[in-house]
Amino acid sequence: MNTKRREKLNSRPINRDSFFEEWPEGGLVAMKSPYDPLPSVRVENGLIVEMDGKSLEDFDSLELFIARYGIRTDRVTEAMKKPSREIAHMIVDINVSREEVLAITTAITPAKMLEVVNCLNPVEMMMGQMKMRVRKTPANQAHVTNVLDNPALLAADAAEAALRGFSEIETTCAVSRYAPFNAMAILVGGLSARPGVLTQCAMEESLEVKMGMRGLTSYAETVSLYGTEEAMDDGDDTVWSKAFLASAYASRGMKMRCTSGTGAEVLLGHSKNKSMLYLEILCVFLAKASGIQGVQNGSISCIGITTSVPKGFLAIAAENLTVSLLDLEVASGNDQTFTHSDIRRTAKLLMQMLPGTDFVTSGYSAVPNFDDVFAGSNTDCDDYDDFYIIQRDMQVDGGIEPIREDAAIAARNKGARACQAAFAELGLPAITDEEVEAATYAYSNEEMPKRNMSADLTAAHDFMAKGTTAADIALALHRGGFPDVAENIMNMMKQRVSGDCLQVSAILDDQMGVISGLNNRNNYQGPGTGYRLREERWEKLKTKDSALVPHLILEETGRDQYRTMRKGLSEGEYAEPGEADIVIGVSPAFANKSTGDEISKNHLRILEEIREAVLEEGLAVEVVKMYHTSDLTEIASLSARFSISGIGIGIQSNGRICINNKNKEVDEGIEAFYNMPLTAYSKYRKIGKQTADFVRGRPLEKCEESKPAGLTNYQLQMLRLSGEERQFINKNKKPCRLVFE
Amino acid sequence: MSKLDYKKDYPLAEQRPELIQTPTGKTLEEINLENLLLDEVRIEDCRISQQTLEYQAQIAESAGSPQIAMNLRRAGELTRFDDEKILKIYSALRPFRSTKEDLLGIAEELEREGAVLNGAYVREAAAVYEKRKKLKGDKGSSL
Repeated sequence: MNTKRREKLNSRPINRDSFFEEWPEGGLVAMKSPYDPLPSVRVENGLIVEMDGKSLEDFDSLELFIARYGIRTDRVTEAMKKPSREIAHMIVDINVSREEVLAITTAITPAKMLEVVNCLNPVEMMMGQMKMRVRKTPANQAHVTNVLDNPALLAADAAEAALRGFSEIETTCAVSRYAPFNAMAILVGGLSARPGVLTQCAMEESLEVKMGMRGLTSYAETVSLYGTEEAMDDGDDTVWSKAFLASAYASRGMKMRCTSGTGAEVLLGHSKNKSMLYLEILCVFLAKASGIQGVQNGSISCIGITTSVPKGFLAIAAENLTVSLLDLEVASGNDQTFTHSDIRRTAKLLMQMLPGTDFVTSGYSAVPNFDDVFAGSNTDCDDYDDFYIIQRDMQVDGGIEPIREDAAIAARNKGARACQAAFAELGLPAITDEEVEAATYAYSNEEMPKRNMSADLTAAHDFMAKGTTAADIALALHRGGFPDVAENIMNMMKQRVSGDCLQVSAILDDQMGVISGLNNRNNYQGPGTGYRLREERWEKLKTKDSALVPHLILEETGRDQYRTMRKGLSEGEYAEPGEADIVIGVSPAFANKSTGDEISKNHLRILEEIREAVLEEGLAVEVVKMYHTSDLTEIASLSARFSISGIGIGIQSNGRICINNKNKEVDEGIEAFYNMPLTAYSKYRKIGKQTADFVRGRPLEKCEESKPAGLTNYQLQMLRLSGEERQFINKNKKPCRLVFE
Repeated sequence: MSKLDYKKDYPLAEQRPELIQTPTGKTLEEINLENLLLDEVRIEDCRISQQTLEYQAQIAESAGSPQIAMNLRRAGELTRFDDEKILKIYSALRPFRSTKEDLLGIAEELEREGAVLNGAYVREAAAVYEKRKKLKGDKGSSL
């Protein structure tokens, strides 16, 4: 029989995840396998003739490619002499610049890289990532898809994602023949909300290139690399065909990065006993050797495998770091669901979000996960507020920003309407007004009217056959009444002509300015350097619409009305026993004009609320000001003594309330304690009524709105008021009655 | 002209716009919506030129990325080919698609048209494919 505790634990989400013991022979080991090669190098006449224990004639095609192009042979002999631990030290040492580290890490072999990153613990890994990522300013990428491939919804979702600040938006299809429409929908939707948003549509390589060449997409990412020849064969490519593809994209001025990740080779059954990380390091070296500017990695679609074994997260952080150590852009995963546990998925996210990467996620699902055709992401649109608050809590830039609801609605509507106009002008199956309206307010595909899919697919086929390009879309948008969106599309085409986005880690700002690793070089070298979240950007990121404004906390009801009905208080005679049925005792700073006009007004209103509530119950009430103490229980106890019923209410300037009974000792006399610093007036009114009820013999209820101090939003305000309270103590002055004017 | 340097010449569109010309001879400035509407500019004009890619290669080199530079130079040569031709070469380079002769034929053709880097690159692939059994008919055979 299990304990109840075990049963509870078994029912927790984490225990629905799958875990495996390590199994090096099957490649099921994260960071280090006994079968991984040991580092070595030998150079003859400027050529690497031995690498990681293998000589040239035994190299497979991957090793050949890496040895030929992926390592700085001019520095390799020197760099390889440095102990791995020393290189690892350089990576985390703030006194060693990024450039100094790169001079070494771009001149070592894959096995050496494996040894180096194996020296690092998670915090060192993050430290290294913060310092070594290419672009100083972190960014983020979104997934925008839906299971119906509804173009109006895609456009609306892309527009919202663009408004939230995603620098790149990626789509794919539920039905692959929809591809050109999906590509067009997010192109139009994204650019309707913000100039410079890069978009892509992940499809089979040939189709993807074709769409890219026509300007339907502005970058490519799904060029996959694998760490063994057999796995490359399964992916139907060779290193040479992949690298050729890289040149093909560049020849059209198009940004591209490749994709790889730990676990892929295990899943394909081609790991050849090597650790997942070693094989992934080979992939990153292949990308480097191909002259590809960046890599999307971090296990990606195989994250379930990597995270099932010990050190899974660490291996993933290591593969991301390896990309940066080779001076390439890293789009660092977090783009696939892998766990049932919210705690676990957050822990994973933080390893990239806190240090910052070029793209913190390579696919934050901007739609509900069930509509994410990439099989769901680690975070989806339901998590926006959590993500924003983590940014706010830690002053960390995760690449996206909070938006106002009215702005979201406007952007979604414009995106859908622009897409509607483009469809109409290009003679494609109509997007109805009903669809536009539904897309504007939709949560998911479930709110969308169904489209005629076969008509769409026929039209999509013709669209490609006719060779429709981004220029046709721009012209259609111009005719359809969206000249600004047309202009944004044209500017994306213009962008290709200069090729500035071909350099490492390029994104575009909303003025179409390029921000890349070349003009926004990461120069982190310790506190105060590198990227700092501050000023305008911080103002944006810390925005939380529902946050209460401390000095306006009590203004939530009837502020203007209150101003006109406000009464003043004046000091009367010394207080005596038998003042009234109930006595409210206030602290020295309460309603004192030096606590500030706003708060003083709030205080008066609080007193009025309590007083009126008691009067309504037919009991008499008086207010007594204490000068000699600010201790709340003592104030309440004294108030009780001044009352007829023996019940007193004490209240401090920070809004906390205590109800005391004179027939009991000071500390034992506490009947209720409301730790509710300056919350809504209605709550004080309720306390007034409850106290009157209590005098009549009904039990005191615990005020359900009262919160423990640790959970309040106003602790700072409380601290200030408590501090002031002490300054107004006058030990020689007796309690006085306060009279309402 | 001395080689471009990322520190002063990048972004090219901002620092050295006068250097940029499309393969059809348009300037960067001319690529705009107005001209598109007037049919003064067409989609064919919205292309990067070999020369611009060479500039970007120099910029990458100056920033310490010889590999990116090499890729951009190969890309520069590919600007002269249409989409279909590029896709055909890509297909031929995929595993088990081509004989050695097919690949050498492509290499010669590329070289004939002035794409010497790509020609050499396809030759290299042909040699590796032969050694590593990635040629047509090799599928399923063991090394």
